[in-house]
Amino acid sequence: MTETHPKPEMASENTIPILVEFTGGLEMLFSDERKHRLSVPSKDDEGNPVNIGWLVKHLCDKVMKDSRKEMFVLDDHVRPGILVLVNDADWELEGEASYALQPNDNILFVSTLHGG
Amino acid sequence: MESANASAAALRAKIAATEERLKLLKAQLANIEEKEAEEVEESPVTRKWPLLPDEYKRYGRQMIVPSVGIQGQLRLKDASVLIVGAGGLGCPSSAYLAGAGVGTIGIVDGDIVETSNLHRQILHNSSTVGMKKVDSIVSYLKSLNPHLKYITHPTHLTPQNAAEIVSQYELVLDCTDHPTSRYLISDTCILLQKPLVSASALRRDGQLIVLNSPPLPAGDAKGGPCYRCVFPKPPPTDSVVSCGDGGILGPVVGVMGVLQALEGIKLIVEGRLKEEQEVDGRGNTMLLFSASGSPQFRSLKMRARSSKCVACSGNAELTLEKLPGMDYAVFCGIASPIGILKPEERIEAKEYLELEQDSEKTHVLLDVREKVQFDICSLENSINIPSSSFQGTRSSSLQEGKPSWLPETVRADASIYVICRLGNDSQIVTQKLKEAGLDNNGKRAIKDIRGGLKAWKEQVNPSWPEY
Ligand SMILES: [Zn+2]
Repeated sequence: MTETHPKPEMASENTIPILVEFTGGLEMLFSDERKHRLSVPSKDDEGNPVNIGWLVKHLCDKVMKDSRKEMFVLDDHVRPGILVLVNDADWELEGEASYALQPNDNILFVSTLHGG
Repeated sequence: MESANASAAALRAKIAATEERLKLLKAQLANIEEKEAEEVEESPVTRKWPLLPDEYKRYGRQMIVPSVGIQGQLRLKDASVLIVGAGGLGCPSSAYLAGAGVGTIGIVDGDIVETSNLHRQILHNSSTVGMKKVDSIVSYLKSLNPHLKYITHPTHLTPQNAAEIVSQYELVLDCTDHPTSRYLISDTCILLQKPLVSASALRRDGQLIVLNSPPLPAGDAKGGPCYRCVFPKPPPTDSVVSCGDGGILGPVVGVMGVLQALEGIKLIVEGRLKEEQEVDGRGNTMLLFSASGSPQFRSLKMRARSSKCVACSGNAELTLEKLPGMDYAVFCGIASPIGILKPEERIEAKEYLELEQDSEKTHVLLDVREKVQFDICSLENSINIPSSSFQGTRSSSLQEGKPSWLPETVRADASIYVICRLGNDSQIVTQKLKEAGLDNNGKRAIKDIRGGLKAWKEQVNPSWPEY
């Protein structure tokens, strides 16, 4: 699995290029980078299409270098106070964690802010 | 020095007296202007116009915008808006609403103006430091637009007073800075069927969402979602960062406040404060702003009302009767002030000074503020390891035995003193260091410096720069 910058045409039958973004302070947990271009396998270990649930675990295990895992995932779910957006639409409109990733999807994680 | 103090005091008194005089003159002028306006209206040859002559001049540039017009302006004049929070969001939003001619503006805030507010809370100024924020803000708004009615609520919004205050207005702007108030305001707006414009900001990011619009009764799925629909569970307290802790750029929160005013003006002018219909194609959106993002603005398509929401769904358990008994601090998991260490695990700042001067004893001073704060000012010979790096199960700052940040030359029994800005994070780190076994079974003392660098300034060094 590479974390360099796959171009759409590099997508093979076995991998899917996606863009993952973090904002609202979450980027601090991911090497202070807002945008992460990832190439993910199209199927998980059981042969099912990879979904956002799989992606969240992958981000936590493989991409996140920060030790504060619980600031991103709590009880195997994205922690309360983080919105997940699939191509700028609330993931609740898309089936939440079960949404199957499509080539060139943009998955945005937003931490809510409270200051004012 | 003493004579300088005396002349400063004399100047302050002079300024205060002049300001009083100015107030009086302004009141006299307003009086005369009002009489003039009445006389014009009473004259038999002139028609009775719905706005004062000054108002036609004042609002002309916005009234000639086709989507506003005279009808929109009269709607603004009739409207009443409550702004909860007279801070970084409340200042710009109230200024634009007052400028636009919203007839009644209420402001809720229990705080006083501090110097650290001024870089972003633009209606307060150096001479209003120490004043109640509601008074400071209204004195500015009155000079901006004397035609409006201003109501001050010099208190924090609480479950006990929220319904009484909110019920006096048609629209609410959430300009507060904590999840507890955000849930309280949203719940109250659902119960009283008021649309709510909610914004927030931190560091270089801002978020804006219009909630409960249309403001239909709980159980009507066509109503706009509430704060609980979007955030059913409160965030863990560790993840809640205030502007005081995380920092904030003035223009970032300013942009968000201005956008709140804009959404408010749109709701009023378009006659949507009490609308009973969902408007096709408008949908629910959240606007993200990021000073360093590309693009800087991003509009997200959001969920509708949730059928499981405890506030606005058909199964909602929330009622006006239950509201005063709600404990939002408990709901959001707010613990009482941190006091997790035993007295002997902490020392006072002045005791640490004595230790520091005793060159016989070697020790390590660990400053656990974020690096950006450490760079502003730090104590001599202190080591900076941010408290965030001690959190989490995979922390590398907590290896047993000898973590990499501990200097090679330091003996295994040399004490570690932990300091931070206010004395909260340092307690948590002290405990974590002990749990990780760095105290070598009691051979090494690990202690928290009580009250942090704030106490250092108070007890030891008054010239310490407090930021
Ligand atoms: Zn709701």
